[in-house]
Amino acid sequence: MQEVKTLKEYKSNVDGALENEFLRSAMDKFAVAYRTGRANAFAGMDVDSLVAEIAAAKDAAAARMDELYEEFKRSAEKNGTRVHLVSTAREANELIAAIARENEARKIVKSKSMTAEETLLNHHLEAEGFEVTETDLGEWIIQLRGEGPSHMVMPAIHLSRYQVADLFSDVTGQKQDSEIERLVKVARRELRQKYVEADMGISGANFALADTGTIGLATNEGNARLVTTLPRVHVALVGIDKLLPSIHEALLINRALPRNATGQQITSYVTWITGPNACASAPDDTKVMHIVFLDNGRRALAEDPVFSQVLRCVRCGACANVCPVYRMVGGHQYGHIYIGAIGLIVTYFFHGREKARNLVQNCINCGACKAVCAAGIDLPRLIKEVHARVQDEEGHPLTSLLLGKVLRSRKLFHTLLRSARVAQKPMTDETRYLRHLPFVFLKQHDFRALPAIVDRPFRDRWPSLQPKVNNPACRVALFSGCLQDFVYPEQLEAAVDLLTERDVAVEFPRDQSCCGLPVEMMGEKQAAVDVARQNILAMAPDQVDAIVTLCASCANHLKNGYRKIFENDPSMAPKARRFAEKVQPFSVFFDGVLASDSHQLPPSGQKCTYHAPCHLCRGLGVRQAPHDLITKAGLEFVPAEEEETCCGFGGTYSSKFPKISAQILSRKLEDARQTGADVLVTECPGCIMQLRGGAKKRGDRLEVLHIAEALAKNAE
Amino acid sequence: MPPLEEVVALFRTKAELVSATVSEVENPMQALEYTVALCDRKQACQLLVAGCDAPLSPKAEDLCDHKQQKVIAAPGLVNGLAEDLQELCDHKGIRLVTGGLREHLAGVDIGLTFVDYGIAETGTLVLDSSNEDLRLATMISEIHIGVLSKSRLRHSAFDLEDELQNSLRTTPNYTAFITGASRTADIERVLALGVHGPLELHILLMEN
Repeated sequence: MQEVKTLKEYKSNVDGALENEFLRSAMDKFAVAYRTGRANAFAGMDVDSLVAEIAAAKDAAAARMDELYEEFKRSAEKNGTRVHLVSTAREANELIAAIARENEARKIVKSKSMTAEETLLNHHLEAEGFEVTETDLGEWIIQLRGEGPSHMVMPAIHLSRYQVADLFSDVTGQKQDSEIERLVKVARRELRQKYVEADMGISGANFALADTGTIGLATNEGNARLVTTLPRVHVALVGIDKLLPSIHEALLINRALPRNATGQQITSYVTWITGPNACASAPDDTKVMHIVFLDNGRRALAEDPVFSQVLRCVRCGACANVCPVYRMVGGHQYGHIYIGAIGLIVTYFFHGREKARNLVQNCINCGACKAVCAAGIDLPRLIKEVHARVQDEEGHPLTSLLLGKVLRSRKLFHTLLRSARVAQKPMTDETRYLRHLPFVFLKQHDFRALPAIVDRPFRDRWPSLQPKVNNPACRVALFSGCLQDFVYPEQLEAAVDLLTERDVAVEFPRDQSCCGLPVEMMGEKQAAVDVARQNILAMAPDQVDAIVTLCASCANHLKNGYRKIFENDPSMAPKARRFAEKVQPFSVFFDGVLASDSHQLPPSGQKCTYHAPCHLCRGLGVRQAPHDLITKAGLEFVPAEEEETCCGFGGTYSSKFPKISAQILSRKLEDARQTGADVLVTECPGCIMQLRGGAKKRGDRLEVLHIAEALAKNAE
Repeated sequence: MPPLEEVVALFRTKAELVSATVSEVENPMQALEYTVALCDRKQACQLLVAGCDAPLSPKAEDLCDHKQQKVIAAPGLVNGLAEDLQELCDHKGIRLVTGGLREHLAGVDIGLTFVDYGIAETGTLVLDSSNEDLRLATMISEIHIGVLSKSRLRHSAFDLEDELQNSLRTTPNYTAFITGASRTADIERVLALGVHGPLELHILLMEN
């Protein structure tokens, strides 16, 4: 559970987690195994359509939340179930304690419920004198340790078998072996008597069906079945967002939930409980059943035009499973109670700004969560939105305000970059790298060699470059992006040469500026809007066939980001749309140009692997063109196992969380090394800065090139 | 729905993928014989394989000591099957219980149920377990045997929507989807079967 106050404290916690070797290796294994497991579970299914159907069903349910609640209450009360709606966590806890007292219950068994974690129900009940036992194995383990969950589905994933054996030795008062099979049986037998003694069982619910007043529970261990069967009282604590019209929607969600959560086609048990069932331990042989629906901000969320999609979440935990940051730091540093991308967002709404403030800054914006979400939630965008809200409420940090101000004026921004070039002189020793980092950089930034700003940016080279093409096949405007303009102009030059040779007329509109992604990432929404407007005007999209960029992040922001930025601005929306339609990443455009002839350079004898920039593969769905170009460049393509895993750059992220960035990078370079490649090609200057700097620092032999450089180099 | 043989084959594949044992029987009597034979050759307390000898806290140990004899739980048998099963059990010295399952919370060896439906796509058994004893038989047994008529097999859960809807409207109701044995991967993501529920699931596919 993450609850430190300042960003500094948070970073220090994170750094501690990075040094936990067991956690790191467990997380690495899990990240790799999960990908395969999930792919197998969904094999042969149309996942996109399923996700779209789930999103639509959940959106429709959220829009009718109050109505569905009334219907559920009517159906369930007809059967003798008592139904309650509470607005806060505290009310939920007090109500459940009151139900326990009213029924003279003292011992309580619980099955897993994230909603009960959200309200810290156990703390409350224990403080009120009740004995509460978690019965899900993982939950029991963390309860005994006095910890919160580190994953929504696998709450004890941060612990080793040895830690569990020590814990169970304490609990039983007997020395326990660390063999996992045996530990599981110890838990089985220890917990069995807890069910026998319990007066009341508390469960959560995955589904609440309004038409029949039914709750649905998906579990693997079978503990929820015992919890809802043996004790004479059953209380289900359910987020009101779990309401659905009927079993149809629940069956639909249940097609994706287990597959996405653990790579299972279905959980061992799915239980549908309607009304108080027969119960031999109850005085009149019938169970006392209460269902408590928790609002805690959900009903307001349902009304929020930007954030209502948060309520689509089915709590599968997949957004954590694929998150490169979660993989490095684990759940205790990547959520307050709810973990992963969705956790970063709902923490703000369920637990408040204080708890969310630091967490929302720890998103690298790689989009892996969005691509895997069972309900198609645009998680990275919503994380940025929360960040922006927090800053609007608390005041923007000076650096972020300054960057916003600077970027709004292209001239000021470029003047500053030019002065930075002069300022860095003493640090470069006339090389392309900063040899010693200026004092403003802390030592922890030293994990990769940082490139220097060049003497002559691309925009200064352009007048002498300006290629002439007679009878051009088509015309393109080149969007350079800051990093290539000021740090890697040779990548742009390579591209201009390649395009010119193929009779493509290239223009370089001089009023273009930063795409605006960095300020959006820092929560400076207004600056992002202003810069976007400037660029749309500067690039004059109506006068060219395509706007080509060599930067995947720029491409994704220009193509998808700008459309989002202006979607509710009637004067700009059509312009942004026309602009976006013209934007193409270099690989896609150039692969298209080459398609008209059978271009193939002779084999160079070099092996080449590929790093897929996040914003290219997931942002824009571009996967094939870079592979094709590698082959056409005469290189032997050797795919890496984690081709689509983030490199750890994330723009400003790598300067905010350098140690996490360094760990992600180190894993990435190791993955590339295992392919035996001589060259690592990618299509984003940010990734190049990260990967090339890292490879140089490690002394790797690996040559890191932009795809345009690789093509130009082998054409020489 | 695809032809029955295909659905049966799919069901078998999917159930076996989650470690269920699938066999075929001609009639209910064969299912009873299978049950008694399995109980007869199983160890008295299967937990022995991994963990029954592990020392526990005194309270948990006491509960475990309650179970001294091999027990088959088969609540809800109809058409004289209970009598047939009793006879088979008597031959082998196995105790048969058809009710009062709460007296056996330390565990029973086998829980035998005739299930309502099967879902091929996931290898799932569907059982209306509103009867508490029936429900407990599927929860506290070390081996759960579910007998499924082939005619009750459906391709996907959606093909059962109407039937499920009807069950949920007949209240109170406790309907269970059961797929494979009870499982966990909560310690180091290592799969272990039999956490709180059965260690094994045996499915007997019965001709119509």
